[in-house]
Amino acid sequence: MPSSLVDGNSLLAVDVGAANTRAVLFDVVESEYRFIASGIAPSTAEAPFKDIGEGARQAIGNLQALLGRSLLDAHGNLITPGQPNGSGVDALVVTISAGATIRAVIVGLLKDVSLESARRLTESTYARIVETIGMNDLRKPEQQIDSIIRMRPDLLVITGGTDGGASRSIKKLLEPVGLASFLLPSEKRPAVLFAGNEKIGDEVRDMFGPLTASLHLSPNVRPSLETEDLEPAQRELAHMLISIRKHQLKGVELLDQWSGGHILPTAYATGRMVRFLAKVYGVKKGILAVDIGASAATISAGFKDKSTLNVYPQFGLGENLAGLLNYTSLEDIMRWSPLDISSGVLRDYLYQKSLYPAAIAATREDLAISQAVTRQALYLAMQSARRDFPRNIATIKQNLTPLFEPILAGGGALSDASRPGQGLLLLLDSLQPVGVTTVILDQNNLLPLLGAAASQNNILPVQVLESGAFLSVGTVVSPVVSAKYGTLILRGKLTYENGVESRVELKYGSLETLPLQNGEAGKLSIQCLHGADVGFGPGRGGTIPVSGGALGVVFDGRGRPLDLPADAVRRRELIKKWNWTIGGE
Amino acid sequence: MQAPVNHIVGLTSIVRERLLPVSGTVVVRLNQKVSPNDVIAEVNWPREHVLLDVARILQVSPAAADRLIKIKVDDRVPANTEVAVGKGLFPRSVRTPREGRVAVVGGGQILLEIGDPKMELRAGLPGTVVEIVPNRGAIIQTAGALVQGVWGNGRIDTGSLINIAEGPDGVLAASRLDVSLRGSILLAGMVKDADVLKAAAELPVRGLILSSLYPSLIPLAREMRYPIMVTEGFGSLPMNSAAYKLLSTNAKRDVTVNAEVYDRYSGARPEAVILLPTFSDPPAPHEAEEFSPGLQVRMRRPPAMGMIGSIVSLPRGMTTLPSGLRAPAAEVKLENGETVIAPLINLEVVG
Repeated sequence: MPSSLVDGNSLLAVDVGAANTRAVLFDVVESEYRFIASGIAPSTAEAPFKDIGEGARQAIGNLQALLGRSLLDAHGNLITPGQPNGSGVDALVVTISAGATIRAVIVGLLKDVSLESARRLTESTYARIVETIGMNDLRKPEQQIDSIIRMRPDLLVITGGTDGGASRSIKKLLEPVGLASFLLPSEKRPAVLFAGNEKIGDEVRDMFGPLTASLHLSPNVRPSLETEDLEPAQRELAHMLISIRKHQLKGVELLDQWSGGHILPTAYATGRMVRFLAKVYGVKKGILAVDIGASAATISAGFKDKSTLNVYPQFGLGENLAGLLNYTSLEDIMRWSPLDISSGVLRDYLYQKSLYPAAIAATREDLAISQAVTRQALYLAMQSARRDFPRNIATIKQNLTPLFEPILAGGGALSDASRPGQGLLLLLDSLQPVGVTTVILDQNNLLPLLGAAASQNNILPVQVLESGAFLSVGTVVSPVVSAKYGTLILRGKLTYENGVESRVELKYGSLETLPLQNGEAGKLSIQCLHGADVGFGPGRGGTIPVSGGALGVVFDGRGRPLDLPADAVRRRELIKKWNWTIGGE
Repeated sequence: MQAPVNHIVGLTSIVRERLLPVSGTVVVRLNQKVSPNDVIAEVNWPREHVLLDVARILQVSPAAADRLIKIKVDDRVPANTEVAVGKGLFPRSVRTPREGRVAVVGGGQILLEIGDPKMELRAGLPGTVVEIVPNRGAIIQTAGALVQGVWGNGRIDTGSLINIAEGPDGVLAASRLDVSLRGSILLAGMVKDADVLKAAAELPVRGLILSSLYPSLIPLAREMRYPIMVTEGFGSLPMNSAAYKLLSTNAKRDVTVNAEVYDRYSGARPEAVILLPTFSDPPAPHEAEEFSPGLQVRMRRPPAMGMIGSIVSLPRGMTTLPSGLRAPAAEVKLENGETVIAPLINLEVVG
């Protein structure tokens, strides 16, 4: 069992998703860490297998078949460390997003203060808030008790009070919560995370210690009224999630042993990587990573002073899909479809797909529906996550997506986009980036795996990121402007390294591209018309260096927020045209 | 690649582990014969409480209130029982608003459990208890025909199976339900109207086995007191031919519908069991199979969703699908003679 990944050369990383399990090998090639290959297999958390270790072994087995080298021994155990004959690996890290959504009750004092922090904390993992207990709750204590019992939570997140501040109110709130825990059968009592006024930590220990096998105390998420610090509590919550999964899913314990405890929730690992990148690259704009798969939609954003992590199981494309209509309408989903599909067919799709979360689109119609659903789910996730972005960040307009560089996107749903253009258009529609940004597709879902490895080996993630393991789709220019359809809003001139120039005229409502191969660089001169703003100010242009990608430089003149025609026939025609323009179809 | 199996079997051993979610009391014994509705284990799990804040009502400190409280934990108290009396010339008293059991006393408060807290676990199928799981439940075995579904409303019942479907793609209309069907379990195609579920409740029937249900009817279906099992899913989906043939050829036999809520993690699924006489235990079906040519499969997604076919070949590596996606796939010959390419992940084995 490796004790330190720093000393190891080869690193195996396994991601256990709701639908698929991936095994990815990183190794040193010419003195630098490189992504070598990945093996994939269906996840096996669900019946009849009920053991995530099976899926992990199959994925590793598929990887070793690709590599032509043994990673598992004859008994199906991981060979560690790497052997002189080339078999085995030096270290393993694991990320996991599989498992039923965690049911959480949050407790805090004020709606806009500690309860808001409790919500943000709980939303940083695969949890759904099923009950909220706060000071302004007018229900009787027994109603609160009965509600908690009825909800059968897996997790209690308790916040409230500033450090050294008043403690009476929070103690009063804890009485019904403690009673409810006591009244639940001992094997159903929730894990408890206390992240409130540190002064009452001992009393919380006294109250909940005898009631739960999993009581965790972390530094206060609101040490003062003006300060919020979620990171220590998020770290604690990540470890709690793994503990909960160990009880729920067979095989987690095995992977924990194999990895020497280097096992993290996938979303937390992604968030860690984004924080790491924001610190390493000291960004002026934010760094955005999105992941949409069967278990959840995850939005992780890194800014200069703060990072945010939001996990939305309700916008996942798996078993929770039938509940998507609690957050949106059929019409809002159908607006993204290039095909004329009835609302009945769409409703049936949502319910039927929730029965078979791992199923993929085999027909063109199914793909059109699936991508329309993905767009709306990611759109909703982004709109929700924006509420938690800091205020003092770079934006063009307050109510729009802030400025990001780059945007990294992964997850099963984006892997399902068969061409990079399909994936890019999906991201442009749902995230609606503004200004100039690079869009990178994480086709092998490496980002969380690098995040899992980052705390142990901070060289590996940087070297792998810079090695071309991610697919740069291109540089996207998205002006913010208000104009009539067809109005010229931007002129662009791309000067290649060999001096050759290409020009583009962007009209409102259209998409345009200029070719720039992956690995190539150029200078892009932008002239903004009609007050269009790409980050230089309204109507102001400039010249910037740009790097190439699968689609080169993409100009999105469709307006922000995206302005889709109300007329369905016209809208579908336009969507088909946009698909054609950027190579999706 | 391993595939999940949807059981549609004419004669098989059926072994089911039936467990309480928490520790309780098992009330059956080894080798006992059980009917589907027999209680095999039970547990007290109170859901409703009343909190009496004695200290506040009597306007005394919590410690003083504790001394005034006349009842103790586990006492059963009728409604309007005096549980604490204050002091003074005109002492106030505290009475129970409802009948209940004392769950907690302390801090100047009394917490009462209200109502029947008993949670009962039923056998779910007719059979014999072959193993007791201490404090949790039992393993029950039987033999017969088995058809599994994809959605259930959580109810269990047994009755004579009557086929009123005009075929696998029949649609059930409320007008089709008459008094002759009272007390039966109906094999009945698709349901699109709330009136059908309500009319079935009014008869009442003992259960419905449906091919599909409109999603908008799910909340109503959950409220129905009789079991509803759906074999294919939601919308307008005909019943797969294997399930329809097996069920329709067993019409007039007794069928048990355990419309258990589908739990993808535990593997609990709604299922219909038809007891059949056997001389020895038939083999139990496999829970997973390796995909191979000749295997009978069911299409879980388009194209041909719900249709049964057999695997003709398994192309090596990844196959490009009509959608443009690439995935491990199989060439499947459908029962209508058509051959399609389907990703393996969209297939389940029937057997």
